[in-house]
Amino acid sequence: MSQKVLLNATAVNIILHRLACQLIENHNDFSNTVLIGIQPRGKYLANRLANMLTTEYKIKNLQLGHLDITFYRDDFRRGDKIHEANTTEINFVVEDKKVVFIDDVLYTGRSIRAALTAIQSFGRPNEIELLTLIDRRFSRHLPIQPNYRGRQVDAINEEKVKVNWKENEGEDTVYLIND
Amino acid sequence: MSELSVNHLLGIKYLQEKDIQLIFETADHFKEVINRPIKKVPSLRDITIANLFFENSTRTKLSFELAEKRLSADVINFSAGQSSVKKGETLIDTVNNILSMKVDMVVMRHPNPGAGVFLSKHVKANIINAGDGAHEHPTQALLDSYSIRERLGDVAGKNVVIVGDILHSRVALSNIFALKLQGANVMVCGPKTLLPKYIDKLGVKVETNLRKALQWCDVANMLRVQNERMDISYFPSTREYTQQFGVNKELLDSLDKEITIMHPGPINRGVEITSDVADSKQAIILDQVQNGVAVRMAVIYLLASKIKQ
Repeated sequence: MSQKVLLNATAVNIILHRLACQLIENHNDFSNTVLIGIQPRGKYLANRLANMLTTEYKIKNLQLGHLDITFYRDDFRRGDKIHEANTTEINFVVEDKKVVFIDDVLYTGRSIRAALTAIQSFGRPNEIELLTLIDRRFSRHLPIQPNYRGRQVDAINEEKVKVNWKENEGEDTVYLIND
Repeated sequence: MSELSVNHLLGIKYLQEKDIQLIFETADHFKEVINRPIKKVPSLRDITIANLFFENSTRTKLSFELAEKRLSADVINFSAGQSSVKKGETLIDTVNNILSMKVDMVVMRHPNPGAGVFLSKHVKANIINAGDGAHEHPTQALLDSYSIRERLGDVAGKNVVIVGDILHSRVALSNIFALKLQGANVMVCGPKTLLPKYIDKLGVKVETNLRKALQWCDVANMLRVQNERMDISYFPSTREYTQQFGVNKELLDSLDKEITIMHPGPINRGVEITSDVADSKQAIILDQVQNGVAVRMAVIYLLASKIKQ
């Protein structure tokens, strides 16, 4: 197994600031916008961005939720792996809101497809955008593209992109792993 | 995620402690789902489930059907009363006929103990036992434990007394297995005639004085007197039973602690518990019903994940 650092802590920090600024550009004071982290890994990015928007960019009353897509996946019973469900925490109605999905890596697009179905259980959003730290282009199975992307990566299918977070793995680093 | 150690839910007897924990953790997620504005997930949209009820049921049948529909499964219902069983068809024939219509899972209630186990050896489908005679009713025991866990934080170490007709109760047997497996202390309490002779061999305490039992317990699970299963008289009169084994408000208030009251339903109001107890804050009877849907969703989901394409 070999691994290569795609982004180090400084690069991640710069990208997070840029993504936060891009969000502010499109959503102003976030009065009609909600951020939704896609469980399990999108939660860390969503928490980080929400924290940055509130403390450094003084956004007030930011609404943040986490959405679990396990029961909406299209690969139930189609592999040996059984997916573990995570907590969904959406304590608001998304009806007529602008929803921003936040996930760490966009790969086939199937998780986002599941999230698009899952979010309907909480109302009919006005619009849905997608923010992703890493966009693995050329590997999409579905016509899904991000509105905000941190870094575009051309990885081949055997390779894996792993995003590590300080609060979980002790470092902000993105790796390209070759098994 | 780890998976269940069994392919069928035939009884709590066949489960391990970690299976129960997995079911509860999954049920937590489904409980959140059924409290959403839209209470449905698409997980089981390519699964068909047959509900075979060879014995009457209201709550369990509705609860299973709702759980199946909230998982987006296709559901077919069968009641023995209106079927070819009356014409003399055997159980295996009935089920195989239904399965040849491409059914993946069977939820069955049957008056004969062991009907689920028997069926699981003869047909290709995942079986969920929804009550087999006076043997087991595993999903009821799971939802009872789940409700205790929800109310008191944990099942381990809690004192639980099961009161009433233990002899005819599949709920009692499944509850004893489930509670023991999770490390709770279990007592049964009832008239001697309604306590099975060797019940203490299951590792439960036996008590015939209701006040003493209630004083000991954290939770009292009040069972219904199953008149339909009684071919002889087990106690002189309903009134005498109520006097000795019925729970009323005065009795609860006279204890030096507040205990939780459970009942698997249907309640005979004024027999095993009075209305003011059934409707009090100490009773979690309606929570049990709500949790029943979430727990059954978890069981069905986890068993369905074992059906390979």
